[in-house]
Parts: sequence; C-alpha cells; structure tokens
Amino acid sequence: MQRTVTVASRVGLHARPAAVFVKAASAASLPVTIAKEGREPVSARSILAVLGLDVRGGEDVVLEAEGDGADEILERLADLLTEDLEG
Amino acid sequence: MKDSPGNGASRRLNGVGIGGASVAGPVALMGVPEPPPGPLTPPAGPPAEEAERALAALRLVAAELGRRAELAGGEAGEVLEAQVLMAQDPMLAEAVTARTAVGVAAGRAVFEAFGVFRAQLAGAGEYLAARVADLDDLAARAVAAAAGRPMPGVPVRDEPFVLVAHDLAPADTALLDLQKVLALVTEQGGPTSHTAILARARGIPAVVGVTGALELTEDELLLVDASEGAVYVAPTDEFVARAREREAARREAAALATAGTEPIRTPDGREVKLLANIGGAVDVADALAAGAEGVGLFRTEVLYLGAHEPPSYEDQLTAYRAVFEGFAGMTVIARTLDAGADKPLPFLPLGEEPNPSLGVRGIRAFRDAGHVRLLETQLAAMAAAAEGTGADLWVMAPMIADAQEAHWFAAKAREAGIDKVGVMIEVPAAALCAREILAEVDFASIGTNDLTQYTMAADRLVGALGGLQDAGHPAVLKLIAMTAYAGAELGKPVGVCGEAAGDPRLAAELIRLGVTSLSMAPAALAEVRAALRA
Repeated sequence: MQRTVTVASRVGLHARPAAVFVKAASAASLPVTIAKEGREPVSARSILAVLGLDVRGGEDVVLEAEGDGADEILERLADLLTEDLEG
Repeated sequence: MKDSPGNGASRRLNGVGIGGASVAGPVALMGVPEPPPGPLTPPAGPPAEEAERALAALRLVAAELGRRAELAGGEAGEVLEAQVLMAQDPMLAEAVTARTAVGVAAGRAVFEAFGVFRAQLAGAGEYLAARVADLDDLAARAVAAAAGRPMPGVPVRDEPFVLVAHDLAPADTALLDLQKVLALVTEQGGPTSHTAILARARGIPAVVGVTGALELTEDELLLVDASEGAVYVAPTDEFVARAREREAARREAAALATAGTEPIRTPDGREVKLLANIGGAVDVADALAAGAEGVGLFRTEVLYLGAHEPPSYEDQLTAYRAVFEGFAGMTVIARTLDAGADKPLPFLPLGEEPNPSLGVRGIRAFRDAGHVRLLETQLAAMAAAAEGTGADLWVMAPMIADAQEAHWFAAKAREAGIDKVGVMIEVPAAALCAREILAEVDFASIGTNDLTQYTMAADRLVGALGGLQDAGHPAVLKLIAMTAYAGAELGKPVGVCGEAAGDPRLAAELIRLGVTSLSMAPAALAEVRAALRA
C-alpha cells in the first residue's frame, strides 16, 4: 500500500521535521519505507537514511507499508508530512 | 601529610595548585579526540562480542546525549535529540554488525558504519553540512566508548564533579556548566594556561600539570587541594572531613579580610591598590563586590572574540561606557586590542606563523597601515566613552618592545584625547629598558604571564615546562624590580596585572619590589588581601 505526499515543511524533511517523522515511524507497528519519486525506498525508521534523501519543502515522497493497519499508519505519517512540523 | 597521603588516601598526585581552596568530588573525565582505529585493527574477541561491544558503545552515546538534550532544552536540545536518534538508528546498527560479523574490530566497525552515512549526507550538499558535523561528533564519541575511553567533549552531569582533562581550550570552557564544576585537574598546562586563568576568574580550585591525571577512573572520589598542589585519590571520610574543616577556616579568614577594604599600606607608608582584571560590563558587579579599588586590566578583545566584522565606533562606545560607569570615581586601565596568531580575531587576519608567541601580536598587529585605523577608532571610542562617567581612564598597549614603539603609541593615544597613556611590560627587552620606555609614557603595567614565558623561554601552553613558568623565578623578579625601580625614579606608577598578582604567595614579594598596584581576577582579591594583611 502506497501514499504519495507533498512535504509541507519549508525546511523540507530535515532537522526537527525529520526527527518527528522518524520517531512516529519507529513507534508504528509495521515497517514503513519512504522514497523520493522514482528512487529507491529507505526505512522510515532510520533518521540517517531519511536525512540522506534530502527532501526539500514542496517535494513529493512515497510512503509504503504492507499488512494489517497499514492504511491508518500511512494516514498518520502522511498527516505529519503535510503539517508544518517546524512550529 | 605533605608528601605521603598516609592512611588518608590511596595515593597522591602532584601538580601546580591554582588558588587556595580544597574540595572533594567524583571524577568526570573529558576525553580528547583520537584518530580512528585503522582497518587492520585486530578484534579483541569473537564477532558476537565485538558486535555487542560496538552496540553497547552506541547505546552509551545515545544515553549520554539524551541526558544532555534534557539539560539543554530549546533548540540545542533538539539538535542533541536528533543526534540521539542517529545513535539509535537501526540501519547504522545493521551496518555495524555486518562488519563485526566478518571479523572487523568493534571500534573500526563503528567508524566505518558512520562513514557510510557520512558520505551520503555529505553528498546531499551543504544543506546537510551541520548534520555531517553532528555525525562526526557521534562517531568520535562512539569510537572512544567502544575502546572504553572517556568520550571527547565536556562532560554533562546532574551532580557536581571534578573535571579531569588533558587541558581546557577556550571553546571547552564556553560549553562547560561551571555551576557543576567543583574543581579542575589537568594533565597539561602551567600556572598561566587557559585552565588556570579560568580557575582564578571563577574562583574554582584547580591543580594543573598533574602527571597521571588522565589515568584516573570515572566517578572515583578525589580530594583536590589547590594550596598544596595535590590531588588525593580515594580519600577516607575522615581525611575529607579534616580538609573541609580547614577549608571552612580558610574561607572565614578570607571573608574577614574582605570585610575591611581599606587600602593596603606598605611598612614605609606607600599605598598599594588592589585592582580587578575584567573582560567587560558583565564582570563589573563581581569586581566591586570583591572590593576592587578600580580596574587594572580591562581586556577589550574579550568583547570581540568571534566577531567577524571590526566592532564599530558606536558599539565600542556603548560597551566601554557600561564598564566606565561602573567604576565612577576609580581608575580603569583599558588595554587596546590584543590579538595574535595564538589568539586570533576573525576581522584581523594575521595568517599562520611558525612561532605565534614571537610573531605579530599585540601592538605589532596595528602598526602597519592596513590596521592602524582599528587602533585609532578604538582609542577615540575609549576617550569618548569615558567622558562624563566619572571614571579615570588610563589606556595601555600590549607587547611594547622598545621606547620607539612606546613613543609611537603614546602619540596615537594623546592625539585621540587620552590623558594617561601607558604600556604593558611583557617583553624582557622592555623591562631592561624600562627607564627609556617610561620616559615616553605615564605608567606601566607588568604582564607577568608573557614576561615569564619570554624570560624563561618556556611556552605557556606546555605542561612539561610548568616548573619554568614561575613568575616567582629570580630572573623574572629581577626584571620586575628593574621596571618598578625605573617607575619610582621617574615618579610613574608600575603595576602588575598578570596571574602573579593574584597569587597570594607572590603578592607581598611584588610589593616589596616596588610595584604600586596589583590587578587580578575578582575571585582572587579576598585571598590576596588576606595574605597582605597577615
């Protein structure tokens, strides 16, 4: 199951937004991956991998998870990315 | 008790004591960054053990940084929290165990694993440059932890501790929570090292140049006795209790001495002023509370450390006025900017020098046409700032070597409207020709730290030369005496503003040689006053 989301945060998926996102993904009951369009997905639980994607504000990312409850998990993580996490 | 700890402690380490206080507390070690283990470092155990050692190191780093994040809070806390997440990163752990599984030693595996992610982040461009630095910091910590050594960087503890370090750099002292530091013990450094200066400024007991300090164990109990220059390892309760009693008596004596702040007089009736060394308006309250009768050294460069632009005339005016207003009715001796390759100011590039202490420093940096404007602006700002504050402004230049330099500086200062112009005597040549120099100016102040370094040809920063970095050495005292004598002949004041002035054991000797004022860190005033009264 996949969701494509536009990252709202002006600074992109760096610093505080990245930390908030990774913490949420680590707390989820299923493994989740994140990818920039057309690129290899990486674990959303790895801050180093997520930072390495160098996602800028306004860019799209693809979240993916499989299994029971994947829908809700992706929903929650997608919400985090569409919020402005800087504040 | 002097040379053997007897039954009071398991052993005694010796160094140079700074201040007169004693205190007991647990060791917190500050490690130094070390080169990473090489690719062929043999593992100490089988792969499973190496993996566990490496992962335990990462957990230790995460725990340490987590603790710091809590203490720091705010934006700094968030950066640290992100570092905790990095240390706990599951992919990092995978990269580590993939290496230990094939026989790579724990420390090397950690170093290589960080290297993989470092390359990715560095490749993502300058936007992630700060994260790359965070990662390097983590890697250095984890490598040290895997080797069972203290992590580099200042320790952060909830409880007060005795900081044990190689030596402290100014950058370390800026990060240090001094509220928690009971005492400082360093392996390197002499009586004029940064550690010693910090200790005096903050009234923290310290013993520097202690051979074997870095072999102390984390959390081990120490009794640090600065008056003896001794560090007692694992002292007994009774030994600590006795030291506490002595310390209480010493404090009481010092408190009595500050209670009466009437001027110190020599047996022949000369009045000797006890002045404060300060770095800016933040130090004014401390200096006055300690009974300073004025300022003997206002280090103006402290206001501009880290500034990338030369300070404007207006900024200087405001900063100086804040200091002068605090000392209405008293003398304030301000020193013009003192910079050099060893204490660089970003807006005054002096380049690399093979021997910075013998290079373009102090007044030398301003004599060429390129930088003379900075000096002129500073002098004008000082003169204007003093107006109407009631403070009696004296201005002096650092690193004057001969009468011709003194003449040049005096002309510049008088042109700017400064009435009392002086020089620092730090170069042996200047002490030897003190008479000729004093003929050009109104006063002199002896900087014993540099004067000792140059006289003894012993670098202030080299701990192994601690024995030579002694302002009480007869050679240094002779130069001080010559300078004071020249001052007396010409009727011009000669003070001392180096660390020696704040040393209760040397103060009386300096006065005996004819010095007319002693200027020191505010925290040292009470003890020196007590010693002179005794």
